[in-house]
Amino acid sequence: MNNPPDVSPDPAEHEEYAHNVQKHVKGYLVVGAALLICTGITVALSYVDFGTRKANVAVAMLVATFKAGLVGAIFMHLAAEKRLIYRVLLFTGFFVVALFWLIYLAWYNPIAR
Amino acid sequence: MDASASPVTTHDSHSHDADHGHHELGFWRKYVFSTDHKVIGIQYGICGLIFLFIGFSLMMLMRFQLAYPGHALPLIGSALGHFFGPGSMPDGKIAPEFYNSLGAMHGTIMIFLGVVPVAFAAFGNFVVPLQIGAPDMTFPKINAASFWAFVAGAIIMVTSFFVPGGAAKGGWTSYTPLADIADKGPGFHPIFNGQTMWLLGFIFLITSSLLGAVNFITTIIQLRAKGLTWMRLPFFVWCQFVTAFLLLLAFPPLEAAIVMQLMDRLAATSFFLPTGLVVNGAAVHISGGGSSLLWQHLFWFLGHPEVYVLVLPAFGIVSEILANNSRKPLWGYKSLVFSVLVLGFLSFIVWAHHMWLTGMGSTVSAFFQTTTVLISIPSVIILSAFFISLWGGSIRFNVPMLFATAFLPMFGIGGLTGIPLAFNSADLYLHDTYYVIAHFHYIVAPGTIFALFAGVYYWFPKATGRSMNEFWGKVHFWPSFVCMNIIFLPMFLQGMLSMHRRWYDGGQGWNLAGEKVWGLSGFEWNTPISWAAWTMGVAQIPFIINFFWSIKYGKKVGDNPWQATTLEWLAPSPPPHGNFLEAPVAYRGPYEYSLPGASKDFTMQNEPVESTERTRRKVEGEPVLA
Amino acid sequence: MEIPYTISNRPDTGLWNAKIGIWLFLASEVMLFGGLFSAYIFLRLDAPPGLWPHGLLNVPVGTMNTAVLILSSVTVVLAWAALKMRRYRAYWWYMLVTILCGIIFLVVKLAYEWPQKFDHFGAYIKPEALGKYEQYLGNARLAEKGLPQRLEITGHLHNREALNDPSVKEYEIGLDPVNADPNNPSMDRPHFLYVPPTDKIAKIEKEDVERATMFLPTHSTYFATYFTITGLHGLHVLGGVLVFIYMWLPVSKKVYQRNPEHLANRVEVCGLFWHFVDLVWIFVFPLFYLL
Repeated sequence: MNNPPDVSPDPAEHEEYAHNVQKHVKGYLVVGAALLICTGITVALSYVDFGTRKANVAVAMLVATFKAGLVGAIFMHLAAEKRLIYRVLLFTGFFVVALFWLIYLAWYNPIAR
Repeated sequence: MDASASPVTTHDSHSHDADHGHHELGFWRKYVFSTDHKVIGIQYGICGLIFLFIGFSLMMLMRFQLAYPGHALPLIGSALGHFFGPGSMPDGKIAPEFYNSLGAMHGTIMIFLGVVPVAFAAFGNFVVPLQIGAPDMTFPKINAASFWAFVAGAIIMVTSFFVPGGAAKGGWTSYTPLADIADKGPGFHPIFNGQTMWLLGFIFLITSSLLGAVNFITTIIQLRAKGLTWMRLPFFVWCQFVTAFLLLLAFPPLEAAIVMQLMDRLAATSFFLPTGLVVNGAAVHISGGGSSLLWQHLFWFLGHPEVYVLVLPAFGIVSEILANNSRKPLWGYKSLVFSVLVLGFLSFIVWAHHMWLTGMGSTVSAFFQTTTVLISIPSVIILSAFFISLWGGSIRFNVPMLFATAFLPMFGIGGLTGIPLAFNSADLYLHDTYYVIAHFHYIVAPGTIFALFAGVYYWFPKATGRSMNEFWGKVHFWPSFVCMNIIFLPMFLQGMLSMHRRWYDGGQGWNLAGEKVWGLSGFEWNTPISWAAWTMGVAQIPFIINFFWSIKYGKKVGDNPWQATTLEWLAPSPPPHGNFLEAPVAYRGPYEYSLPGASKDFTMQNEPVESTERTRRKVEGEPVLA
Repeated sequence: MEIPYTISNRPDTGLWNAKIGIWLFLASEVMLFGGLFSAYIFLRLDAPPGLWPHGLLNVPVGTMNTAVLILSSVTVVLAWAALKMRRYRAYWWYMLVTILCGIIFLVVKLAYEWPQKFDHFGAYIKPEALGKYEQYLGNARLAEKGLPQRLEITGHLHNREALNDPSVKEYEIGLDPVNADPNNPSMDRPHFLYVPPTDKIAKIEKEDVERATMFLPTHSTYFATYFTITGLHGLHVLGGVLVFIYMWLPVSKKVYQRNPEHLANRVEVCGLFWHFVDLVWIFVFPLFYLL
């Protein structure tokens, strides 16, 4: 999904432009609805027994990640953004993963447990 | 050059805010609450230098206690005791708690109120926009907010000395659970106590760094002059760019940790307090379930990148000065750039090497040992490139160059002595000894701080239009250089004699073992070290006088006194609001010194390539086209 | 020289200044909440079985608040689109809804959810006394099913003075459903609807209690992380609301009249922040309310 283009200075093109943005607006509404539905799904799934609590956590996080992806891709326009911003986020993502993974590792692998 | 001409002449109707009025600003708006990057840079610089001196003074007090434990401080002892309040220095003797406060605050002030503000915020603010040919930072108001957040944090930190019980005592690392339970109970205010104020002050300092980092990165990305491509950026700008990223991404986890420690102290949570904690023989009434390791992980996730925050700007300053004064291009520009990028990247995944003693398993320690040793590669590339840059140059040993060349071996010693600490088997012995103190001080004291002095002498003419006195600069340099080494070299010996870094009595009790190195025992080495420290304090007086005297009475110099190539020397000295008289355009790399065929030995970045080509043809007698 | 690219794009990056600025700021926010969530993981992994509480929060209210935040995310992006289409009136309305949503979220959090917790009581029973209160804990049946033990009795504290008065020797607790009917298998998992404490009162001797507190941050590492993360998130919501109010006031209409694109950019930047706050909540909600 592309972002709405910048408004044209030419008034003749403005009609078409407004129409274009209007199409995006529909997309935003659909995504909003999808997010609400996913919230319902998350709540419902938390009362389903997937065997272990770990499995429940995994399922809930999967849904949450999907929701976060929708917010990021559509609302925050990450689906079509400039390369520079992707790079910044790529770096950040790497370091967040390092933070999570290594703290987990340090917990998992002490000298004595 | 006509410096009085206003660079802002046209009023673009579509690209300004309502607040961009061009009337003459009053004193307060111009010099105190300014949004101009140069004023903010100078504000940061002067504040930072003052804090460096305060932090150094705390250390001079500690050095007395270490050299003469149990003695009353002569002359000023009782006055200081009154100044710092009851319990700090009874009978002029430094109390143990006060000694701990001095240690914790020396570290905190030196790093977060001294070196970072000067190296990153002051030089970055003043020099970076000029070097990239920009009119200002992208967000001038956020820039000012960053400075004032720093001031607020600094005030909170410093006033914590004067609350009941004195300043924080937990070391600059504030390790839990000790920091969680320190400064609590009878005699301490629930909020206005040393450790809590340390945490509150830190929140402001982190905010300041974050705002600064956002501003720096955006400025470097967006406001580079026309033609100033990434590979034409001065190395200093690259260093500041990477530093800003380190601050941006490493500080927030510490902020999270600080919020959690605040909760531990104010809301009685147990983020960092384990189950079954016993204090003073009694079980503490807490929920438990926390982990002190968690604090250490989050702290060092900042703590290690912070080391590079301290040292990368120093690399940048030194590179500018080396190239300028050896009249040669910087050797291996591209490898320098990639090294500094790799350095920044790796610095995020080495942090647990500060925690070898916490008992991590072999998998984790193998990972962190590998990354720690890997990170020495880019450091060595950078240092080697600097040394090679000197090779065959016609070196001018002016004051900035003296400091910059002194940086190289000092940083080398600091870096190489760090390698044994990278291996956990060696570190088990050396951890928390004076060896570690000597190692990291060699990097930040004779390393970074020398680079900062070099930078002050080097860019002073740009900021004021006058140069600092050369003779007194040398009087400043030589004693400082000698004293630095007398202070820190013996500490390696003390450390290898396993003298612990936090001993209040300087190892007097441990001295009974009587092991001697070069005629002195570990404890006895404290005396020459301390005298060298005090001498070094005296050696800063020429600098302080020179600095303030030269602002008013220094020799007037032109816009480009060092005959340098980068864009900041194109602007008038001091640069007016808006910096450049017209937007500069860059046509070439940053270090075109001694270009073959050029008429002079430096070619500025804004000189079109064609004109040099014509000059070369003229010199070589070839036909010149119109 | 003026600072360029405040509204228009720099050709080689294709971006205006504040857009890069906000994304860098969000990157640091990611690390901030990353630090907090990694602390959550660390502490939860470290918690002994049975000591990480479940089902103590009010799920319907949490779900509603989630929906409110999602709705506000939709309206803020619609507000931005309205500006792009130069429809200030529509923008004004969408912005108003966004602000109201933010305020509803905060009010529900601060005036309802948190006070309800502060008013709830829990007493951890000493291991040696667990048998004495078996009628409220039902641990024999849990052990049979291989589930972790219940160590805490929760509910409404009828004699509040017991918290501070050492002469009061026991706590009178109006039991929560799970302690009132511990052997009912339906109590093994949290319920969707919040059921207030029952009328059944248990008297618990202080001697048998290891720790007893209201549901404050000090209660457990669970509540400590809950209050810290939702508190910090709440501060972000508050900040967003304040900025949105500024964008919505007549001051900003002047910016719009001078250059509509300028206001659109400002709204886009604030919107990005707002979506991020929403995004954090998307993870907070299941982690604390549901799991």
